[in-house]
Amino acid sequence: MTRASEASASSAASTVEGDLVIAATLTKRFGVREVLSEAHIRVRPGTVHALVGENGAGKSTLVKIIAGVVRADAGDLTVRGRAVDVTTWERRGARAAGIGLVQQHGASAGTLTVVENAMLGVEPTRGPLLAFDRPAAELAKRGREVGLAIDPHARAEDLPLGAAQRAEIVAALYHGATLLVLDEPTAVLAPVEVAGLLGALKELAAQGATIIIVTHKLDEVKSVADDVTVLRDGKTVATFRASDAPLDVGAIARAMVGEDTPTMTPPRAVPSTAPEVLAVAIAPVSAGRTKGAPSAGRAWGASDADVARDSAHGQDMLVVVRGELVGVAGVDGNGQRELARAIAGLDRQRIVRIGGVDATKWSTAKRLTAGLAYVPEDRLHGGLVLDGTVAENLALGRTDVTGRWRIDRAAVRRHAVQRIAELDIRPADSDAIVRGLSGGNQQKVVIGRELSRPNLRAVVAAQPTRGVDLGAVARIHERLRAAAGAGAGVLVISADLDELLVLCHRVVVMLRGELVGELGGDELRAPEARARLGALMTGAT
Amino acid sequence: MILRVTEQGRAQLQAAAIAILASIAIGSVMMLVVGVPPGTVWWAMLERTTSDPYTLGQVLYKATGLALCGLSVGLALDAGLFNIGAEGQLTAGVLACALMGTALPGDTPSFIAVPLCLFAAALAGGLVGAAIGALRAYRGAHEVITSIMLNAIVAALALWVGNAFLFQGGTTRGADIVKGAELPHLPFAGSAVNGTLIMALGLVALLTWLRSSTTWGQMWRAVGRDPDAARSVGIAVPRVQTIVMAAAGALAGLAAANFVLGHKHAFEEGLGRGTGFLGISAALLGRTHPVGIGIAALLLGLLSAGGLAVADLVPKELTEMLQGVVVLAVAAAGPWVARHPRAAPKDPVGQRAGKARAA
Repeated sequence: MTRASEASASSAASTVEGDLVIAATLTKRFGVREVLSEAHIRVRPGTVHALVGENGAGKSTLVKIIAGVVRADAGDLTVRGRAVDVTTWERRGARAAGIGLVQQHGASAGTLTVVENAMLGVEPTRGPLLAFDRPAAELAKRGREVGLAIDPHARAEDLPLGAAQRAEIVAALYHGATLLVLDEPTAVLAPVEVAGLLGALKELAAQGATIIIVTHKLDEVKSVADDVTVLRDGKTVATFRASDAPLDVGAIARAMVGEDTPTMTPPRAVPSTAPEVLAVAIAPVSAGRTKGAPSAGRAWGASDADVARDSAHGQDMLVVVRGELVGVAGVDGNGQRELARAIAGLDRQRIVRIGGVDATKWSTAKRLTAGLAYVPEDRLHGGLVLDGTVAENLALGRTDVTGRWRIDRAAVRRHAVQRIAELDIRPADSDAIVRGLSGGNQQKVVIGRELSRPNLRAVVAAQPTRGVDLGAVARIHERLRAAAGAGAGVLVISADLDELLVLCHRVVVMLRGELVGELGGDELRAPEARARLGALMTGAT
Repeated sequence: MILRVTEQGRAQLQAAAIAILASIAIGSVMMLVVGVPPGTVWWAMLERTTSDPYTLGQVLYKATGLALCGLSVGLALDAGLFNIGAEGQLTAGVLACALMGTALPGDTPSFIAVPLCLFAAALAGGLVGAAIGALRAYRGAHEVITSIMLNAIVAALALWVGNAFLFQGGTTRGADIVKGAELPHLPFAGSAVNGTLIMALGLVALLTWLRSSTTWGQMWRAVGRDPDAARSVGIAVPRVQTIVMAAAGALAGLAAANFVLGHKHAFEEGLGRGTGFLGISAALLGRTHPVGIGIAALLLGLLSAGGLAVADLVPKELTEMLQGVVVLAVAAAGPWVARHPRAAPKDPVGQRAGKARAA
């Protein structure tokens, strides 16, 4: 066990408090949601400090506060031994204190060159004219020194993401940053670029700079980090130090996802003979035929249907059978969203079968009529018409409720009253405007509309309980189980392992657009299931 | 059931009322600046327009065209599209309507001639609208840009057709349409108000019903309020956008009847000019509800015709400025109502009105 307990971490810190680059204990609320509650981090000089945690753990908020981009509500922040007021700490002060911030998607003006971006606001002049030659040369030199090659005269928008990121790092160093904060820098990079970046970060640290890197990829943590701080639900739950003992990625993964096993009643087993109700290809059809590339292996005269059938062969299909609840676990942004949209027909890049019939070319409307229900991942953008009433939203697109042409208001109201009772939607008023409902009740409206479709065969629920209070979670889980019990196949996509563990017969894990593992049956009920899933999700194996 | 006042409805009424009150206040200040007592002017405007059947008829004539163009803009707004092209669609309608009216044999009975002319007007406007809608839905070209460009193209095209083929002997007026295609004037002391008013009222009722009581209305409003949500419940968003813009174009095209069939009985250069743009004001002030648009058209018509009636008291330009003030007021009132506690919905109309100013 390399876990440094909280107490020992702080006592160790207090002895060298003055040496720390950053010592912070921070609290931050967005609205009623507490994203950081006394989360703390202590960064030693000349180290690469990894800040890890699941989505929504508060990692980004924490580093943004340190970099002066977001303001904390309360807490202590000490920068190089100097205490600062967290309620007034802002970017300018942070920059003056040598804190450079490199954001995931960069912050460059696309039409300007690298050097112009770097000198934005502090443009060098010779007389009345701009003079970029000297800073350009200096930037290139600084880049070479730290092993990050850049072309100062390239236009930012022409650069690949990796090169743009390098340019920002070098610009930050050029401006005297001695603490570099990188917010999920590798999420947008190709593997070879990741290796290059991590190498450069190590080199920088060796030269005396301090790095904070936000990530949830534990293989990267293992290869680069000296210290690790783990956040969960806005709290610091563990810290690790590579100099004490080699980093144990298993322990880090467990700290990220939590160890408490939820109480659960395992779902009833599904007979092995149950027929397939939903199948989706993991890889898009067009993956083999990228833009501009010759359609490799495609015979002249082969129709699209042939290609579709060919690529269906030997392709990874995720199959859900009647009555089955299948979970898709994974850190956000690993292809789950695309998978859900493909099943719903919002893009038609993947082979999809609904009820055993090829639905790849069907419109969304046709898929829904064929017995699909789709709970989109973001209820506020895609699940609901916020300015509509509860009744309107419950009947949205449901011609089976409203009637084909003329809206049957009595039927719409009846439908609404039933769903409101079934899911305990509050206020229990079918005329309430959805915008005014709490997140949990809004989500119940989406669930109510989708799971009440007639002849339901397959359900795709993406993040069905994200940002939802516990009472609503229970109701929503109950409805998902009921749907499966009534014979639908249910696919639950979630970043929340607790949810998948209580709900599903089988959980698959997505990482970088691929299925990297699967746990089912007894394996899923075993105490170490959570750690195994956590390891798969973060690529720590 | 059609005129239920919901929570949203109340907010819309509030916004319109605030806009009107603000406009009256600003108008009064403007009158004070030019040195006339506002009370006298407002009273004179009301009194002269309502007591004199001819002026009242002129108000209704103006309001008819405004209502149809307002319905066009309002329908598009309902579906999340800003149809700034009602002007061009109206011009296309005027041209097509007049061409059909002159091309028919002289003895065509009116039960054939009128529908044919209306069809031609709706078709021409509808085609312009459909082009805008399809460009937006399938090619992502912003409808405000394409609308403005098409306005210019249609105006130039109409003028060229007029110059090349229609205008008679040095005038800017084409040949008369056949007798059978003329719509009767309504009995308002020889004023221009005509049968088109009845059609406009019918369309207000029809659109109100479609909007609130049919799956079609539900669909286009869902597309307008949240296209992503519409897509995920299986609504074919691009198709709805195209059809709605075609219908909006047809409504603006139908306004041609007011000018060609009902009043001038010929193609004239500049006929109905400005009605399409002022229709935007009617739609915004009417908060996209067909009945609201009808009332707003009446108010704007009153302002427009009433402005002439009080031209001896205040300059005509002042009442024209006032029409602009109304739009600014309604654009400001929408978000204001949305921000204040008693009114719930965040409303797209105010924001879009903001865009209108930018454009």
